[in-house]
Amino acid sequence: MTPAIYGILFVLLAPVFGGLLVGFDRIVSARMQGRIGPPLLQPFYDFGKLLQKQARQVNPVVEPLLLGHVAFMAVTGFLLLSGTDLIFTAFVFALAALFLVLAAGSVNSPYSFAGAERELIVLLASEPFFILMMAGVCKVTGESSFAGVLASSKLVAVELPGVVLAFLMVATIKLRKSPFDISTSHHPHQELVSGLTTDMSGRLLAYVELAHWYESALLAAFVVLLFNWSIALGVVVFLVAYALEILVDNSTSRIKWQLVLRSTWVATLLFSGGNVLALFLLGR
Amino acid sequence: MSFFSRSPWILHYDGSSCNGCDIEVLACLTPLYDVERFGVLNTGNPKHADILLVTGSVNEKNIEIIENLYRQMPDPKVVVAVGACACSGGIFARAYNIQGGIDKVVPVDVYVPGCAARPESIIDGVVQGIAALEQKRKKTA
Repeated sequence: MTPAIYGILFVLLAPVFGGLLVGFDRIVSARMQGRIGPPLLQPFYDFGKLLQKQARQVNPVVEPLLLGHVAFMAVTGFLLLSGTDLIFTAFVFALAALFLVLAAGSVNSPYSFAGAERELIVLLASEPFFILMMAGVCKVTGESSFAGVLASSKLVAVELPGVVLAFLMVATIKLRKSPFDISTSHHPHQELVSGLTTDMSGRLLAYVELAHWYESALLAAFVVLLFNWSIALGVVVFLVAYALEILVDNSTSRIKWQLVLRSTWVATLLFSGGNVLALFLLGR
Repeated sequence: MSFFSRSPWILHYDGSSCNGCDIEVLACLTPLYDVERFGVLNTGNPKHADILLVTGSVNEKNIEIIENLYRQMPDPKVVVAVGACACSGGIFARAYNIQGGIDKVVPVDVYVPGCAARPESIIDGVVQGIAALEQKRKKTA
């Protein structure tokens, strides 16, 4: 098969993976709280309902920007799996996230605007990590494409343990988990009403959900890069990490943005920066 | 196929309630009743909500707020009045600042009686609200 087919498969299957992951998350979270929780397919029911509901257009740019957000998330996955340069993929990933910030920042709601500002801060906190991670992966394997890294005989995680540690932290931001979910405030918490998504209703909110499913699948693909013996190994490691994220989500409260930024940068610099630097100094 | 019956998101507003009904509404989310089993979410955002669940009666100060919340909800939407006060003003009906039940301000689809309304009857009211939601969707579709 040509790499482009893997890219197309990602675009088609990633939402299914992401949606099931959210459903699994909601069941496990409910069990942790002593409840039974919704059915596994609940995220898809919610998605279907949002499509059937009226979408209030607060201004003419929100919908195109959100469509851009979804499209670029899908494009990031396509580029990654069809063999584009890893560092380029990391930049497209950042661009995709930026579309959401623009959409939320374009409306008048102060909650949405505060959410957009906070999303920019978490982007600022998480993006340096992804670039460092891709640089580290390229350095270890000498390859710059997804297929190349998978074909490499070295297990990347062994040489980049610091990056794996920092990944756990940054994934908490990207999966919108407590204590780092400062920009959206999900349903159980309502500090910012709904943060970024306050003014998005009906299908507009459905786009945000869809993009989040793509984002989760992308993170799984990034874990495959780190545990590159096989795709199955990477996905299993991702699921274990995700279970850990659910535990953290249910046992911590949200922190201030200053601490999000500082702690993530310290983790990025110390663990992944130190790790990549050590590789260069050791000349490996 | 309609997904409204599988994913009703609720916005809870407390009018001038004594908090008895509010505690019972929140009890529906606890492990004993766990309405999330049926896809019910308690959102704080009118733009995400399908069902406006109001406890307590209407007073001079909250008329505008209830109208505003109702207007912000995208269609289809239903209103469930929970408890004697939300239905008719209840024991406070003749107080100088009370206008009466929620239906003085916005159209109410389901009335849930009780003082305070039991979680079972609140869940029953929400289920009837979902049926009303389905009917409204068919009308607009």
